[in-house]
Formats: sequence, C-alpha cells, structure tokens
Amino acid sequence: MQLSPDEIVYWQLGALKLNATILFTWCLMLIFFISAKLLERSLTQSDKRTRLQNALEIIVLGIEKQISSVGLPYPRQYIGFLGTLFLFIALANLLTIFPGYEPPTGSLSTTFSLALCVFIAVPYYGIKQRGLKDYLASYTKPTIIMLPFNIIGEISRTFALAVRLFGNIMSGTMIIGIMLVIAPFVFPVVMTALGLLTGMVQAYIFFILASVYIAAATSVSDTHMHKNSPLIKPSKEK
Amino acid sequence: MDSLTIIAVVSIITSGITIGFGAIGPAFAEGRAVANALTALAQQPDASATITRTLFVGLAMIESTAIYCFVVTMILLFSNPFWNYFIAQSGN
Repeated sequence: MQLSPDEIVYWQLGALKLNATILFTWCLMLIFFISAKLLERSLTQSDKRTRLQNALEIIVLGIEKQISSVGLPYPRQYIGFLGTLFLFIALANLLTIFPGYEPPTGSLSTTFSLALCVFIAVPYYGIKQRGLKDYLASYTKPTIIMLPFNIIGEISRTFALAVRLFGNIMSGTMIIGIMLVIAPFVFPVVMTALGLLTGMVQAYIFFILASVYIAAATSVSDTHMHKNSPLIKPSKEK
Repeated sequence: MDSLTIIAVVSIITSGITIGFGAIGPAFAEGRAVANALTALAQQPDASATITRTLFVGLAMIESTAIYCFVVTMILLFSNPFWNYFIAQSGN
C-alpha cells in the first residue's frame, strides 16, 4: 500500500524522477493555462458577455468577497496569490472523480511547498503594507517575551497547513482503497462523494487560513471595517 | 524476541492507541461545536449562512488534530522508518 503518489514512478533517469505527483501537477497547470488562454480570447468590456465570462466573473467576485470578509481591505491585490491557491487545490481535489487520477495534494511535497508559499507571502505582504520596522515590531506584541513564541507559531502553523491538507486527501484515498478490499460494491462510491466534499472544504480552509494569516500580518491598528470596501485601492493622485 | 518482532509489536499497539486517543478528543470537541452551533442557529436563524460557514471551518480545523494522529498511525503501520532501518540492517 502506498502512502503518496510520490511512490508511483513513471520514468527515471539517474536522480531525475517523473512521479505521479509531478505529472498530475503538470496536467493541472496545462488545464489552467489552456482554459485561461481560451477565456482570455472571449473577454469583453461591453454588455454582451459570453457565458464563460459570466462564470469567470462569478468565481473571481466570489473569491474577492471571501477575502474581504476575512478583513482584508482591497482584495484585488491579493487575488493573484490567494485565488490561485484556492483554484489549484480545489481542482486538484475535484479531479479525483476521474479514474486513474492521483491527487497531487495527497503528497506531502506538494502541500508543503504550498504552505511554504504562504509562509513567504505573509511577511511579503506584511512588509509591503506596513513597512519593515512596523512589521518586525509586530512580533514583539504584546510584550518582548512573546517574541520566540510568535516565531514558533509562525513555523508550526506552516507545518499544520501542510499536514492538514495532506492528511485529509491521503486519508480519503486510503479509505477508498481499504473499502475496495472490504466492501467493493457501493461503499467506495459513497466514500468518493465524501472525498469530493472534504476536498472542497479543505481547499476553502487552506485559502481562508492563508487570507487570515495575511490579514493578521497586514492589519494596521486603525483599521475601520466597512462592508462594501472598494476592490482596488484608490490611487493617490486625483 | 529479536528486535524486528519488538518493533512490529510496539508499532502496531502504539498505532492502535494513537488512533484511539486521536478520535476521542476531536469527537468531544466536534460534539460541543455542533451543539453550540445548533443553539445559535435556533436562536438566530437569519445568521445561518455565517454560522454554517464558520462551523464548517471550525469542524475541519478540529478534525485536523484527528488527521495528525491518523497520519502518524499510517506512517507507523505502512512506512515505519525503524522497521525499514532494521530490515536494511538484517539484509546486509
């Protein structure tokens, strides 16, 4: 029994391995690239919009609403990172309905690299919004004694993000595998449906937690929450 | 008993204990969370969208502690590093 799709190796040349994780990640990238290219062609600013553009706008605006509900003002500057995280994980988990597909999120290397992206993005946005000195000073809040605990928390939550996604997807695959041995008739279908739900919820949670971490790093003390904040930061020259 | 047998016995027993305790804690926690969410839903049905969303996120975060135990159990059972080390030792 294999724990992760890393162990399925299709092609090997010395230390270079082409395993199922890399292959299916490439497939996902290809799907995103081709669909983005196709959608780009039909984008228009006029009132006569295609169905695809409407669907795309629903997705983009939905993600932006979720980001701003966490407390991040002007969500459009974060959607490139956070929206991609959500769409990638959601598609990677949803494609499990196709037989023969191994979700790349069921491998610890994929989830850990995604968590590492969040780990880097948090100080990046924090410094960009508040300046280096102000951001570094936030580690010593409320007192200087909390400095090591804040740093430990930063690292351990990265691990938690990675292991949470990996464990959920891996357990889904594992349970289906065990069910196939014990009761191969109906139960695997039910468990696959449950796996789709878990995959979607986990994608949402990964995305929401990343937004919460960024919101905590960028929050300035005099934030005033307004419900319908503009999507783009108003430019300074007027 | 040679060392391989000891490792096998300890790994199997420990993995059983791990998944058992890992199920108890989150079970209590999820029970409390759902009970409180139901109370909140009964008191203010208008806020059901927010409550349900927060509940799902909270449940998944609680469940992740159970998942950590599950991951440790799976590693102990299927890709035990100590077992593999002694297998490699005995192979030489």
